[in-house]
Amino acid sequence: MKILVAVKRVVDHNVRIRVRPDGTGVETTGVRMSMNPFCKHAVEAAVQLAEKGDVSEIVIVSIGPKQSNDVILTALAMGARRGILIETDAALETLTIAKLLAKVVSEEQPDLILLGKQAVDDDSNHVGQMLAALTNRPQATFASQIVVKGAELEVTREVDYGRETISVPLPAVVTADLRLNTPRNAALPMVMKARSKPLAVRPATEFGVDLAPRLRTEKISPPTERVPGKTVGSVSDFAAAVASEVNEMEAL
Amino acid sequence: MSVLLLADHDNGVLSPATARLVAASSALGVVDILVVAENPASIAAEAAKIAGVQKVITVTATPIAETITNSLENLAQRYRNVVASASSVGKDVIPRLAAKLDIQPVTDVVEILSPNRFTRPIYAGNALETVEDPQATHLLTFRASAFRPAASGNTAPVESLDISVTSAAKFLAAHRTDSDTPDLATAQIVIGGGVSVGSAEGFQLIEKLGKTLGAAVGATRAAVDAGYAPNDWQIGQTGKIIAPDLYIAIGISGALQHLAGIQGAKKIFAINSDPEAPLVKIADVALIGDLFEIVPQLVTELERLGLKR
Ligand SMILES: Cc1cc2nc3c(=O)[nH]c(=O)nc-3n(C[C@H](O)[C@H](O)[C@H](O)COP(=O)(O)OP(=O)(O)OC[C@H]3O[C@@H](n4cnc5c(N)ncnc54)[C@H](O)[C@@H]3O)c2cc1C
Ligand SMILES: Cc1cc2nc3c(=O)[nH]c(=O)nc-3n(C[C@H](O)[C@H](O)[C@H](O)COP(=O)(O)OP(=O)(O)OC[C@H]3O[C@@H](n4cnc5c(N)ncnc54)[C@H](O)[C@@H]3O)c2cc1C
Repeated sequence: MKILVAVKRVVDHNVRIRVRPDGTGVETTGVRMSMNPFCKHAVEAAVQLAEKGDVSEIVIVSIGPKQSNDVILTALAMGARRGILIETDAALETLTIAKLLAKVVSEEQPDLILLGKQAVDDDSNHVGQMLAALTNRPQATFASQIVVKGAELEVTREVDYGRETISVPLPAVVTADLRLNTPRNAALPMVMKARSKPLAVRPATEFGVDLAPRLRTEKISPPTERVPGKTVGSVSDFAAAVASEVNEMEAL
Repeated sequence: MSVLLLADHDNGVLSPATARLVAASSALGVVDILVVAENPASIAAEAAKIAGVQKVITVTATPIAETITNSLENLAQRYRNVVASASSVGKDVIPRLAAKLDIQPVTDVVEILSPNRFTRPIYAGNALETVEDPQATHLLTFRASAFRPAASGNTAPVESLDISVTSAAKFLAAHRTDSDTPDLATAQIVIGGGVSVGSAEGFQLIEKLGKTLGAAVGATRAAVDAGYAPNDWQIGQTGKIIAPDLYIAIGISGALQHLAGIQGAKKIFAINSDPEAPLVKIADVALIGDLFEIVPQLVTELERLGLKR
């Protein structure tokens, strides 16, 4: 089985972001960047499948600026074989990302494509599903467990009512949720070795995909601040405050 | 400007989010509802009662990404807007449909500014993005918690659409959390428990408080990962988004990924041993102390006050 994993470089999830005062976006200069956490779980899932033995190759692809090399190297250090950077400085929409990935899929012909279920910057939760449609493959999103059963996968998904298990025939697209596994921290020798693994850099403009956005972002604004409240001294004061809230609620 | 709205349902019951989605979608045009289910009749009958619904269309099929997407695709040309809830189903199908129709979707909408201008949160709700969508057809998901429900009392006609939809993926099994607590995403009161609750048994304390108030019960990711609470209780960036009138957070630090899920709460109350916890800092009312001492006393106190909801 050949696996393709798409990874995204994002503002590190521990960073408290700041909206630019002019409303043009979020301050990203000088901010710590790292691999989107959901993508880490996707890479880990691929490496674990390879450790069980039935994987011929793990290929990593990322779309973004030159610095996205860093997240590809992280994935290579975790155990992937080679990387592809589709280089662009433009902010691409999810459908454009999916179209570029679909081109890579037609070149690479992977049996399994793993992605994160969402990226923690734009929180879109689109790309895996779009890629599945563009490549005419079944999808298993929000995966918390993947079991290989011959030419099929049994995937347990985290859904609003709990969990559900579905089977998808390969080739398929799976998006990773956080409870899928615990991503490894690559040991230093693996990090060093990653630097000698093949990493192809290709401009996004060479794929014949229209990169122009469809939507127009009018502005990015900060959410309304909550006004600080008060601390009460006893359980009965707290209970009284709860009671007064409940009594004020309008019946729905 | 017409709307095709996908109804969420579970176990043969229409999701309470649907009435909110109808109310929100009415700003875009006349609303038709699509129900894809193995036995759609009773779900469709519920949907037909929502005020503002023009008609309900049913497709008889096992609901899974491909069957739902194909049903929507079959109908989409007739509408200017295709809308779903930003639920696990809407998130699964709207992007798939979008790629098939070559439309960039706008998802997790929390405000409709005009028929083609929408606001959506990004960066776990730490920023709000206002987008204009000039495409001829809009594909949208709405966060139900951000909108008020439509009234009932309608008797819209129900039509069945006789198409056969297939799926390469097959549904095998549902693992449902048995619980009689209200739906988190639309509940008026929510009690949340953190990892400091310490065990699944400890969560019974949280559930007991929930019962006293008729509240839904939620949890942090740390509590779910530890196995103290089921995954569908998780509130936050990767879990459910809630917007109750009152959220009571018990033993929860207030990590930004958790705060992402509670920004719509009108009032936030906190019980925490640490006065410096971020959640205490943003709470409208906080009580500092040990949850294991406080919560049982609080239940007794509220029972004494005789709140019956
Ligand atoms: C007008 C406009 C303004 C924008 N402004 C900004 C901005 O201010 N800041 C900003 O960061 N972006 C901006 N973008 C970019 C854009 O919103 C997202 O980067 C892009 O749509 C991907 O969304 P997502 O990461 O939320 O996708 P999701 O669907 O949430 O991602 C799911 C998964 O898809 C894969 N994936 C996603 N993106 C990539 C990628 N680039 N390479 C490889 N795999 C990937 C990963 O596996 C990821 O886990 C803007 C775009 C437009 C059109
Ligand atoms: C990509 C990503 C996505 C995430 N998504 C989510 C998400 O959707 N939802 C989510 O919740 N988290 C999410 N997280 C995790 C999040 O960062 C935090 O780790 C988590 O919310 C912390 O949970 P907690 O408050 O229960 O635990 P802690 O942060 O450990 O806080 C425990 C709190 O309990 C208090 N306490 C301890 N003992 C007592 C006592 N006896 N009485 C009273 N108070 C006590 C402590 O003072 C502390 O404030 C995500 C993380 C990542 C990286």
